[in-house]
Amino acid sequence: MNDWPLLSLTTFLPLLGALFILTIRGEAEVVTRNARAVALLTSVATFIVSLFILVKFNGSSPDFQFKETATWFPGTTIAYSMGVDGVSMWFVILSTFLTPICILSSFAGVTKRVKEYMVAFLVLETMMVGMFCALDLVLFYIFFEAVLIPMFIIIGVWGGQRRVYAAFKFFLYTLAGSVLMLLAMMAIYFEAHTTDIPSLMAHSFPFALQQWLWLAFFASFAVKVPMWPVHTWLPDAHVEAPTAGSVILAGVLLKMGAYGFLRFSVPMLPDASVYFTPLIYTLSIVAVIYTSLVALVQDDMKKLIAYSSVAHMGYVTIGIFSMTVQGVEGAIFQMLSHGIVASALFLCVGVVYDRMHTREIARYGGLATRMPIYAAVFMLFTMASVGLPGTSGFVGEFLVLLGVFQVSSWVAFFAATGLVLGCTYMLLLYRRVMFGRLVREDLKAILDLDLREVAVFVPLILIVIWMGVYPSTVIEPIHATVAKMIDNYELARAAHEGLSVAAR
Amino acid sequence: MIKTLDLVPVLPELFVAVAGLALLMLGVFRKEDNTKPISVLVILVLAAAMVLVSSLGSERHVAFGGLFVADRFAGFAKALVLLASAFATAMSLQFLEKEKIGRFEYPVLVLFATLGMMMMISANDFMSLYLGLELQSLSLYVLAAFQRDSLKSTEAGLKYFVLGALASGMLLYGVSLLYGFAGTTSFEGLAKVFAAGHEHGVKPSLGIVAGLVFVLAGLSFKISAVPFHMWAPDVYEGAPTPVTAFFAVAPKIAALCLLIRVMTGPFGDLIEQWRQVVSFIAVASMFIGAFAAVAQTNIKRLMAYSSIGHVGFILVGVAAGSNLGIQGVLIYLAIYLFMNVGTFAVILSMRQKGRMVEGIADLAGLSKTNPVMAFVMAVLMFSMAGIPPLAGFWGKFYVFMAAIEAHLYTLAILGVLSSVVGTFYYLRIIKIMYFDEPAEALDRPVGQSLALVMAVSTLVVLAFTFLPAPLVTGAKAAASVLFPAAG
Repeated sequence: MNDWPLLSLTTFLPLLGALFILTIRGEAEVVTRNARAVALLTSVATFIVSLFILVKFNGSSPDFQFKETATWFPGTTIAYSMGVDGVSMWFVILSTFLTPICILSSFAGVTKRVKEYMVAFLVLETMMVGMFCALDLVLFYIFFEAVLIPMFIIIGVWGGQRRVYAAFKFFLYTLAGSVLMLLAMMAIYFEAHTTDIPSLMAHSFPFALQQWLWLAFFASFAVKVPMWPVHTWLPDAHVEAPTAGSVILAGVLLKMGAYGFLRFSVPMLPDASVYFTPLIYTLSIVAVIYTSLVALVQDDMKKLIAYSSVAHMGYVTIGIFSMTVQGVEGAIFQMLSHGIVASALFLCVGVVYDRMHTREIARYGGLATRMPIYAAVFMLFTMASVGLPGTSGFVGEFLVLLGVFQVSSWVAFFAATGLVLGCTYMLLLYRRVMFGRLVREDLKAILDLDLREVAVFVPLILIVIWMGVYPSTVIEPIHATVAKMIDNYELARAAHEGLSVAAR
Repeated sequence: MIKTLDLVPVLPELFVAVAGLALLMLGVFRKEDNTKPISVLVILVLAAAMVLVSSLGSERHVAFGGLFVADRFAGFAKALVLLASAFATAMSLQFLEKEKIGRFEYPVLVLFATLGMMMMISANDFMSLYLGLELQSLSLYVLAAFQRDSLKSTEAGLKYFVLGALASGMLLYGVSLLYGFAGTTSFEGLAKVFAAGHEHGVKPSLGIVAGLVFVLAGLSFKISAVPFHMWAPDVYEGAPTPVTAFFAVAPKIAALCLLIRVMTGPFGDLIEQWRQVVSFIAVASMFIGAFAAVAQTNIKRLMAYSSIGHVGFILVGVAAGSNLGIQGVLIYLAIYLFMNVGTFAVILSMRQKGRMVEGIADLAGLSKTNPVMAFVMAVLMFSMAGIPPLAGFWGKFYVFMAAIEAHLYTLAILGVLSSVVGTFYYLRIIKIMYFDEPAEALDRPVGQSLALVMAVSTLVVLAFTFLPAPLVTGAKAAASVLFPAAG
């Protein structure tokens, strides 16, 4: 199995499954059943294949591994080139892990046009995995943008009341940012004469150009992360998307922006990154504090979690731009943790939404008496979200704060206020939904989690606790890559400082 | 004295001309209605012409004392035009029959228009350029008014004729100015004059610049670029749908290739003078195309604005004026061809109870009533919007890459932003098909030839990303002919 193109296999296996589902014909009921089965099987198989990447990954090497290259566009350097390093490897696993969970979780929630739904999800998986594996600028862009197509369809067809508005906003916001990034990529091509990401990481760009390129990349990634003030598409998209759509949005799509910062902005444009760090800090702190406050006053469960996502991603961007080993590792850890925890929270909301068809917090209350298992699960993820030690949420936030404290204690101080606010809105949510007296008539007959739902949550619970108790499983493979990235970054900085001293 | 060798490069054109005349005779002398067999014969003639074009090889031939040139660029462009005409003829069969306007002149006119386009593409002198252009235009005027019992169709034909004549006049006036100031109408002669001026650092005289602008205006009309686009929505809407499909593709490709040859050939050294004009036209076309399309309710009008927008993007590549830019334009045109014929195949199959419908709202809920057609249309719309991994993205990618290479940053930024605006109305069509509840279902089954066109175009649009090499290398080879210095 050594010479197998593991990354391409992981990337395109879901696409194969999608094509297969398209060929299913017959009566509506049979088609639905088969589409579900094929989608689940394909995504589980993809997950298993991706586990080989995890097992064979050499954590002590900072280089790209499992590299594959094939010529693609003649006359240019644009090539089909794949590979993973410590930064991207976990995101591949995260994507392949969340997809089967999403598919399993939507067996009950999605009942119309199941075939198309499953196709859209599998195509989405291909694009997500491909994006994290891409080692060519243009290939990266293709996957990065192509994600929009299935997600647009998922929100628009299976979404809630204002789904059309949310789908359009999601698509156009993200596209507007991305097209500028595309132009920046072209400028990079003409400056460095290559589109190969590893070679570009070693290339040093003139400072003036770096600034423009950085801003163009920022336009795209800031929307994707999302950073305040371009985050407004996220609450809409989250609220209107079907449960599984929200899960993928929170779990993987939000990570694409931060991943972009780690892959492009910091290693390729180090001087501009330093130059713009105060901007990132400011926007992130605003995000952490402001969106936490906004989350406090929400009366829609999904919207509350959506705003909490913006706040949590604020930590990620602070961690990345702290440029310390702890900060960057913390940011990556926080992304993975948030990927699991936010997904789980959306799934929790999905559980009661499937039963009551409302997400209004005020419509619930006292659920703990009727749904003890559900209450326990929700409790665990609430705790993980506020960063209780022993859960994955703690490690990420702690590392980020540790990292940023070395750089600026003020930034660390403001970021830490978010922890308190985070506790407030999450506990408030939990109290209003779970505790109190069960007074509403229609809630008195509500059922606890069934076996399928338990099966959805068990892997998530195990991972959240594992990551919280023994985080080095996750951090060890990352470490070499991050350490090298920080080293290169310091070198580039030193060279730049040297130049500007010489120029004086 | 005409040397025998001279006729070889003109062989495809001669063949098409003779075949056109023969088919005309056939149509006149056979009594019964024979639109269908003649259409099939026309497609065969186009296919044979394609073989002849490709058999000419890659060398540059000049014929008729320098009036006519056949090179790789012309070969590539002619292949596209012939393909587009063949698609358009195939798509018209069912329409003509169902609307009962089948007359054998229709396919023959398409053939003559195609001949005109081939002449335009191979023109190496303003005189032969004008001849080709007029042969094409006159055939198209008649085609626009072909549904002669329809008020809209006759109006479209008349409007197209009057405005087209005005544009031809402008073009001729520009040519006469150029002749007056440079003393020749031959492309090579003009290139020599301007190159000499360029070398000595002499600015071209006002008369030449005025002539250049008039020529550009005349050609802009033919490609429906802003501000000479007003005719397009009305003509697209009024003309019978298969004619609109033909208009949207073949003449556009021919006129754009002609524009490229004129701009890079005789005016190659005047790039400083025309680049800003072309850039302005490009930006205006992209934005007007995008914004005006948002408000449309008729799908043919929408396609008119869509094609105005596409012309804007293509002109970005022309404005770059480089090898990469022209390569990008050729790639864009090839992809544009498939996207458009596919979309028009869908539009042509929009019938409710046997009657043609043209409202965008008539597509409501198509994903439920006819999932395959909705999928085809969705793929084509995403591609037109330029969303990767579909083919339409690569067309835009190449022209914007050329703009960045030529340091036209403002143009590129405005261009990509307008493409975001444009995405909105393509998404709206997808929204109507996928998110809205079904209205009255469209008739099924879709005709065979239309289904075939849809299948082919969707396949090309989907597969291009996986197999780009043939088109990319072909376009590169074709573009490099125009830039001999760059090799």
